[in-house]
Amino acid sequence: MKIKKKDIEYVANLSRIELSEIEKETFVHQLNDILSYIEKLNRLNTETVKPMSCAIDVTNIFREDIVEPSISLEDTQLNAPAIKGVFFKVPKVIE
Amino acid sequence: MEYEVVVGLETHAELATVTKLFCGCSTKFGIEPNTQVCPVCLGMPGVLPVMNKKAFDYALKAAIALNCKIDEFTNFDRKSYYYPDLPKNYQISQNYYNLGADGYMDIHVNGLVSRIRIHNVHLEEEAGKLIHPEEVGADYSLVDFNRAGVPLLEIVSYPDMRNVDEVESYMQTLKKILLYTEVSDCKMQEGSLRFEASISLRKKGSEKLGNRVEIKNLNSMKSVLRALEYETKRQTDSLGRGETIDRETRLWDEVNEKSARMRSKEEAQDYRYFPEPDLLPVLVDRKWIAEIKETIPELPLAKKQRFMEVFKLSDYDTSLLVEEKVLADLFEDCIKILDRPKVFCNWIANDLLREVNEKKLDIHQLPVRPKQLAALVEMIEKGTISSTIAKEVFSEMILTGNDPQVIVEEKKLTQINDEGFIGAVIAKIISSNPSAIEDYKKGKKNALVFLVGQVMKETKGKANPKMVNELLQKKID
Repeated sequence: MKIKKKDIEYVANLSRIELSEIEKETFVHQLNDILSYIEKLNRLNTETVKPMSCAIDVTNIFREDIVEPSISLEDTQLNAPAIKGVFFKVPKVIE
Repeated sequence: MEYEVVVGLETHAELATVTKLFCGCSTKFGIEPNTQVCPVCLGMPGVLPVMNKKAFDYALKAAIALNCKIDEFTNFDRKSYYYPDLPKNYQISQNYYNLGADGYMDIHVNGLVSRIRIHNVHLEEEAGKLIHPEEVGADYSLVDFNRAGVPLLEIVSYPDMRNVDEVESYMQTLKKILLYTEVSDCKMQEGSLRFEASISLRKKGSEKLGNRVEIKNLNSMKSVLRALEYETKRQTDSLGRGETIDRETRLWDEVNEKSARMRSKEEAQDYRYFPEPDLLPVLVDRKWIAEIKETIPELPLAKKQRFMEVFKLSDYDTSLLVEEKVLADLFEDCIKILDRPKVFCNWIANDLLREVNEKKLDIHQLPVRPKQLAALVEMIEKGTISSTIAKEVFSEMILTGNDPQVIVEEKKLTQINDEGFIGAVIAKIISSNPSAIEDYKKGKKNALVFLVGQVMKETKGKANPKMVNELLQKKID
């Protein structure tokens, strides 16, 4: 798979990142380098290997359905860029 | 050209746990905004989610009740998208290994059973709630994260429905199953149960599906049905003019009863699903499935069929009884005390439901016990009270939960079966209503009904009506 400029623009748009033309060129090269390095794995036969979704051999970790205290409104809003009363304030959502 | 409507539904149900899916914050509804939150559900850096066991059990229970195949291995995935109600910029959901798949649900439409296939059932976290200020020209929206992280069950059907009757039955049946299994309170007004519909049209007889239109913002079952009717007409007209239907998402406008394009599916969202590295896989063994199965009660459709067969009740009556599990349970508990299926069915399906509707009572909080309802029926059968008085007693029982014997005693409602006493009242009524007697003798049978009514009124409804009728007739004939 060869990454093209339009792929960079596509993922940048998905991530809401604005890139300059120079940056786009840089990332085309860098991502292609990374992918060709990873492509080495294709030389291995993985037909009988199950897809791995977790690096450690632990499963079924749960908590009980018991209420624990939430944090204060003051702490909740501490890092918020904008608030209004008890709410977080965000740019108008249109849809 | 005749078209066939093809509908599939996506259902979201908030699970009835007391805490969120990945943290111990309360899920209580209607609490002051942003006070049931913590670093986990606010998506602060470095926090780790830990799965709520009960939420997983509930999801499993629903998947089993919907006849899904449960794979031994299940896992969670990140669904990435940017929206201000989503604190982490991704939602923890399931994509590659759904908890349940390939299930089905049978629905009743006009006496026939249709099987609607379920594509998958999976568990995910709820988003926050956006509030749009009403002030004109406001350039902001507000966010309440109390709901963020509440466990949400998603049930995806195949496009197996062909008309609005099937869609309505699907929604009602699914709601009943979720209520019977007690995995969700299904309060649509609180957003605990929500539907999204996909609809396409195809030429009758054709196998190929048309382009699918998704409809969002459906706040009630009624709006689902209205939106589908609107969309069927819109698409039929469009195709009739030789146009093609775009694959798109439309938003239902409740007030104007129209749908409008929301976003074109061309620029379809790319969620970039990948396995959630902060959660561990869950292995579901046979023993666990068997344990959950044990907790699933008889489901509404099976119960309805049994009631019809065993108790010889009508289709209509049984559908009222199984509408709510508490009613079906009350009915069965009464039968165990006194074997009068039809009588109890009438009390519950008619009188009880009427009282509940008139007085706006909560069906789950009714104080009346099966023993009391059985006692009331026995009192009528023994002639202690008339059936008219029984209705009066019943409407008090349902409010106070007092024993019928106590109510009858306190209000002195015991039926009067004393011939001498009734005879005296009849004599009084006859002498004060000479014109009615005249009428009766001229052949007006209605006059008798009037006179019986007068006697009943005089005795405040307590005289034995059958006795009044007989004695009165004897006197004036």
